[in-house]
Amino acid sequence: MDWDWNNAADSIPLLLKGLVVTLELTLLGSLVAYVLGVVFALVRRGGIPVVSQLVYLFVEFVRSTPLLIQVFVLYYLLPPTTGIKMSPFVTGVIALGVHYACYTAEVYRAGIEAVPKGQWEAATALSLPRRRVWTGVILPQAVPRVLPALGNYTISMFKETPLLLAIGVVDVLSSAKAVGAETFRVVEPYTIAGILFLLISYPASIIVRRLERRVGQL
Amino acid sequence: MIRFDRVVKSYGDHVVLRELDFTVAPGEFVTLIGPSGSGKTTILRLLMTLEKIDSGTIQVGGEYLSHRERGGKLVPADEKYLRGIRRRIGMVFQQFNLFPNMKVLQNITEAPIRSLGLSKGEAEARAVDLLEMVGLSEKADAHPTQLSGGQQQRVAIARALAMRPDVLLLDEVTSALDPELVAGVLAVLKQIAATTDITILCVTHEMQFARDVSDRVIMFDQGQVVEEGTPERLFTEPSQPRTQEFLKAVIQRA
Repeated sequence: MDWDWNNAADSIPLLLKGLVVTLELTLLGSLVAYVLGVVFALVRRGGIPVVSQLVYLFVEFVRSTPLLIQVFVLYYLLPPTTGIKMSPFVTGVIALGVHYACYTAEVYRAGIEAVPKGQWEAATALSLPRRRVWTGVILPQAVPRVLPALGNYTISMFKETPLLLAIGVVDVLSSAKAVGAETFRVVEPYTIAGILFLLISYPASIIVRRLERRVGQL
Repeated sequence: MIRFDRVVKSYGDHVVLRELDFTVAPGEFVTLIGPSGSGKTTILRLLMTLEKIDSGTIQVGGEYLSHRERGGKLVPADEKYLRGIRRRIGMVFQQFNLFPNMKVLQNITEAPIRSLGLSKGEAEARAVDLLEMVGLSEKADAHPTQLSGGQQQRVAIARALAMRPDVLLLDEVTSALDPELVAGVLAVLKQIAATTDITILCVTHEMQFARDVSDRVIMFDQGQVVEEGTPERLFTEPSQPRTQEFLKAVIQRA
């Protein structure tokens, strides 16, 4: 097996284009996961009878089934049953976001429980409105504690985006596949794709570890 | 100002308050003493609505605390009603419980703005006055974590007073402090007792302080009033054996 530098160099522009899509998927998916996770955590904690149980069942379902199946459900099953048709990219963002929201919800729950009881009592004693207790007192203390865990989920999500190849999202990996199909050389594009993942994941995980150490001092 | 009527409170099988009756007059400074587990802190927590009463009623300023009258009958109060009546009561906690994500000034202005609807300017003017009163004017922009325990507790006192409550509850406010920081906090409380007409209910182990500032001292044991009286009377010639034992133990320790 030999390495063709020309082929490697030729494949880079297309791979970088794919990488942009991968990063977009990760950022938008994380945004959905971060926001929806708070909603899930608050709904579960709020204990509204039926809604809370439905969210619980939904979270358990998502956590117990593979992401790929969820992607297929969204992409192939949803349009004929509901008439909602989404592009592969939008499907990918929603699938990743909802999937990871079911994990971040648990992270937020733990973060909220870590806020001392005295903070709730002080907020009650001062008659702060319920919404303000959350936005002014509890979440500002819970969120910094959970940032490292959220960061780790974003890194996992980044590494799972190639799965969306299955519904035709043109990310790094599918770009590598395209280069391979065109040039009949697969070694260079797949190797470079792997290196691109490494170049982003590794520094990101170092940043998260730093963050963990800082949060540990809180 | 405060009226407990046959108040019962238990945690599981453990009965903390047994049909407790007592009243506090407007502007009175009342200190609750008694062995740990006698229900003193529970009384304050019930008044602050941090705990639910099992039976009986509590009134504050003539209004029911955990109940409301509807068609001549008493029904349990809802959250909205509780929020209204809570504004008349302030509490200072053993562990200060300042909001660590807010600076000192915001800790004090937060509730007047969000709960009473004061403008930012009004709330800040109030906070500046209060910080001056507790001797921490220069700490307005500090974070609570940068303050000593005694300073944090003085901010917590200012925070409670910023709501201009009718009743102030002091729950062992010096118990978590290093000994050298206690005097500063007590001095602030003495000043409040002397210069305001706020009704104060205080749980403390600082007997000298209780003696100096209280209008009345109530001795509790096992969820009931053992005896009560002026501090001079109760500390010098307690009539009940349980009070005598308790005071002896406390004085020996000090």
